[in-house]
Amino acid sequence: MLENYLYDIGYRTLAVLESIGRASRAIFFAIFSKPDFVHGPARLVAQLYSVGVLSLIIILVSGFFIGMVLGLQGYNILSRFGADQALGELIALSMVRELGPVVGALLFSGRAGSALTAEIALMKTTEQLSSMEMMGVDPLHRVIAPRFWAGQISLPMLTLIFNAVAIIGGYTVGVDWLGVDDGAFWSNMQVSVDFKEDVQNGIIKSIVFATVVTWIAVYQGLNSTPTSEGIGRATTKTVVYSSLCILGLDFFLTAVMFRGI
Amino acid sequence: MKNRKIEIWVGLFVVLSIAALLMLALQVSGLSNFYSAKGSYIVKASFTNIGGLKVRSKVTICGVTVGRVVNISLEKTESGEYEALALLAIQNDFAKIPDDSSAKILTAGLLGDNYVEIVPGQSENFLKDWSLIELTSQAILLEDLISKLATGSNK
Repeated sequence: MLENYLYDIGYRTLAVLESIGRASRAIFFAIFSKPDFVHGPARLVAQLYSVGVLSLIIILVSGFFIGMVLGLQGYNILSRFGADQALGELIALSMVRELGPVVGALLFSGRAGSALTAEIALMKTTEQLSSMEMMGVDPLHRVIAPRFWAGQISLPMLTLIFNAVAIIGGYTVGVDWLGVDDGAFWSNMQVSVDFKEDVQNGIIKSIVFATVVTWIAVYQGLNSTPTSEGIGRATTKTVVYSSLCILGLDFFLTAVMFRGI
Repeated sequence: MKNRKIEIWVGLFVVLSIAALLMLALQVSGLSNFYSAKGSYIVKASFTNIGGLKVRSKVTICGVTVGRVVNISLEKTESGEYEALALLAIQNDFAKIPDDSSAKILTAGLLGDNYVEIVPGQSENFLKDWSLIELTSQAILLEDLISKLATGSNK
């Protein structure tokens, strides 16, 4: 009886360790493979298009609406204390520090991460990956590396766009519709937002999230069961795991960055 | 090039994100001040204490916004005292402000921002570019009021 329990615990631990090991190995060989300066850039650009450019619409639209909602809600509460001039500060700080990197990464994992997983899993199911290996082409190098780097580059850029659009959305609602003073909106924002402390830390956060999301996405693709059901399950896992990782990591990053632990 | 369209889109993406970074750096975190004083003229006003007045705070007459504070600096007067010199950019639409007007720093609401209110005088001459508003009264500091109340000093 006890032996069975121990077996169970041991088996699961080993399985987790094994998958972490395989994921690390995959990403290690993808990152440190010999760079291909002839075909590499073109492959990277193609992936930047499918990972970054195709995520632009969802980032632009949701950024604008999140900014507008922050403007409405913030105005309602701040105007009760006669402090509605602080609206710009509220929107900019909450976007740049937290909402921008986190919501940006969540949207990114839903839009680009799931697509990456599905693509790689389908390649595995249709045995494209094994046939590449048969031809002496390293799939980690040929398939995984450009996707990983594309995600790594795209998400910070998307986060920047997300922040800027959200602030414009907040400006539209706060200043144009609700009548907050234009100069006070920007001046309060500029006094309280520090480029290093806030904007730069937000970018660092989004770089960390980019690594985690693309890593999970490519690993789930590589590790999927080669059936149509397996592809679906891998895609779901990508979104679930990366959302959990983003929210959990965000807490630690915030604790380290803004509380000086 | 066969992938021309894709490359154009990626280029657009990069340009957009650089524009966003520039906006976050310059407009949001205020690494530089882009407020243009175009179509306005500058009036100087010095105060003993400006409280929480900031660059881009508004300048009003009778509560109507007529301009912005564009610069704040510390000046030493001839008598050796320090004064805060604020430059107010006032829109050209409001060019006829009497030169004996006075300026005071008020607070919008209890917790609101400080701003400059210009109280028009009776003079027939008007303020010109770079002229000085002579009569000013400093910001009312809540902390001063409270400390006076607490210590009961009548000064």
